[in-house]
Amino acid sequence: MEEVIKIRNLSKNYHTDAGEVNVLKGVDITIEKGEFVAIMGPSGSGKSTFMNILGCLDKVTSGNYFLGGKDTNALSRDDLAELRNHMIGFVFQGFNLIPRQNLIDNVALPLVYAGMKAHERKIRAKEILKSVGLEAFGTYLPNQISGGQQQRVAIARALVNRPKLILADEPTGNLDTKTSEEIMQLFCDLNVKEGITIVLVTHEPDIAAFAKRLVNFVDGKIQHDGPTALHVKENA
Amino acid sequence: MSLAMLFEAWRAMGANRLRTFLTMLGMVIGVGAVIVMSAVGAGTQAKVKDSIASMGSNLLIVLAGSMTSGGVRLGSGGVQTLTVSDATAIEELDTISAAAPTTSGSAQLIYQSSNWYTQVTGTTSSYFEVRDWELESGYPFMDSDVRGATRVVVLGKTIAQNLFGDEDPVGKTIRIKNSPYLVVGVLAKKGQSLDGRDQDDTAIVPITTAQTKLFGTQFKGVVRFIMVEALSDSVMDKAEKEMGELLRQRHKLRESAEDDFTIRNLTALANTAEETTKAMSLMLAAIASISLLVGGIGIMNIMLVSVTERTREIGIRIAIGAKQRHILVQFLLEALMISIIGCLIGVCVGVGGAFLIQKFFAISIAVTQSSILISFAVATGVGVFFGFYPARKAANLEPIDALRYQ
Ligand SMILES: Nc1ncnc2c1ncn2[C@@H]1O[C@H](COP(=O)(O)OP(=O)(O)OP(=O)(O)O)[C@@H](O)[C@H]1O
Ligand SMILES: [Mg+2]
Repeated sequence: MEEVIKIRNLSKNYHTDAGEVNVLKGVDITIEKGEFVAIMGPSGSGKSTFMNILGCLDKVTSGNYFLGGKDTNALSRDDLAELRNHMIGFVFQGFNLIPRQNLIDNVALPLVYAGMKAHERKIRAKEILKSVGLEAFGTYLPNQISGGQQQRVAIARALVNRPKLILADEPTGNLDTKTSEEIMQLFCDLNVKEGITIVLVTHEPDIAAFAKRLVNFVDGKIQHDGPTALHVKENA
Repeated sequence: MSLAMLFEAWRAMGANRLRTFLTMLGMVIGVGAVIVMSAVGAGTQAKVKDSIASMGSNLLIVLAGSMTSGGVRLGSGGVQTLTVSDATAIEELDTISAAAPTTSGSAQLIYQSSNWYTQVTGTTSSYFEVRDWELESGYPFMDSDVRGATRVVVLGKTIAQNLFGDEDPVGKTIRIKNSPYLVVGVLAKKGQSLDGRDQDDTAIVPITTAQTKLFGTQFKGVVRFIMVEALSDSVMDKAEKEMGELLRQRHKLRESAEDDFTIRNLTALANTAEETTKAMSLMLAAIASISLLVGGIGIMNIMLVSVTERTREIGIRIAIGAKQRHILVQFLLEALMISIIGCLIGVCVGVGGAFLIQKFFAISIAVTQSSILISFAVATGVGVFFGFYPARKAANLEPIDALRYQ
């Protein structure tokens, strides 16, 4: 299998006024193409920190992170930007849409930085909005639609540049149960039908159950790593 | 840079209209002030230049009476020392091309039912040469007219227009102080002098006629001043010196005695006036530029606020693949757009303001193309210069810090 993510002996420190804080303490993990991984763990255990490193938004303190076979330590800031643009789709807890832009423009934004022509961008953005069921809302502004719809737009934006990897930090954290399940169904479809690798952080076991593999963080270390309950059953 | 980025910058500006407008106002006022001030400066300069050109070149003037030392003295003309023959002698000097003895007084000119009160100058035919004054029609009077003290007159353009309208005055007879004078010529238009008088509001008669028939004088042949044209710019100083020596000799002044005349280099004075107006217009433009600078600082200020406000947005953009230059260009474009649109409006306001000033304050104005071009260049420069720091600040944000910013 093709390795999308390979992490070796990763640790991450933060400098604070109170001194150095060791947040990740030697993490080793390999995630292969097509996996659907849920990350759980108590608050403050370092899940978001880990996700930020996976997304090349933050630097490791020590250890190595290979994304699609490339050592991220060796890449420049702009190389990393390009890698994020082509390889990764982000879905955040707070949706993080740009408030002044309509949904089509929001979805098309990664394509702007990829250098695609304006009319092609528009066609592609509309297409992808349609696939998340929001084709009728293209010219709406983010504050004119519901939270669940905003998260769908964010997913559309994450997908627009056909990424290999989707990183989602508590994507359903701000949504009700029913909407959460719809969003998770969307992730499942992407994973199964398109073969996109997904890594997702959640506090809710019900949400984690949609994934195939479960990783548990405690105090900056991976305490447990294995198939989710459902898949344990399935595999049995 | 693409159309989409321009549009994006436009939208960002529109997101906070009042703020954008106020920031722009700084540029509008700055550019407007530069345009108005340089228009006033250029207008004044042009006017002074015209006046100097109309004065005649390489011009010296000899006034009767000493004005070089302190104490109470009789004013020029109060001492009867300069004569027509002094002028003739001066004209003989190698460095001098012409010298015109001049006297003047005021009189009423009448033609049919029109009349005009003006200054009448008595002089010789050299006067036209000294002043480089062409005739629009007819001829100047001649030496024989001066010798014979004939009643002929050359009219300035203003008088010709006021007395004759569209009619050609040459060959017509007007009355000055109730005596008939034959109009032999009309002078070409010269416009305003340095001190703002209308130079065309004058009538010129032979000096002999003026002294014996028009105004009368106690001392025949005595004049108030002599206007002198030197041969060239380079001999002005020499001419001044030679003339001084000649006059002292002619007036039989002893070694210790002071000059009983005064020589002024009018061309030098005029050049000083020109230098002064140049300096003045530079200063006006410099003062106006300060407001442009203040406008630029306003842009920088608002761009810094904007970068801080939009830190999260910048984080999102970086996360989904914006490189440093994308962010840099985005914010630079916004700053540029504010300054260039502000500049466009400023040019309109400035040009409009300049014309209003001309209309209501009777100040001569010259809106120059270069002042508009320079304003644009400076506004663009200001936009880039003051936009660069905030834009770079945005582009250098760490992605994770920007995303986490609350
Ligand atoms: N920028 C930072 N500077 C200093 N400490 C930080 C910083 N970011 C995170 N931390 C610390 O790192 C630890 C892990 O934080 P992280 O956000 O990764 O936790 P988490 O597992 O995502 O928690 P939650 O489930 O509440 O989201 C926390 O103790 C936090 O205080
Ligand atoms: Mg977290």
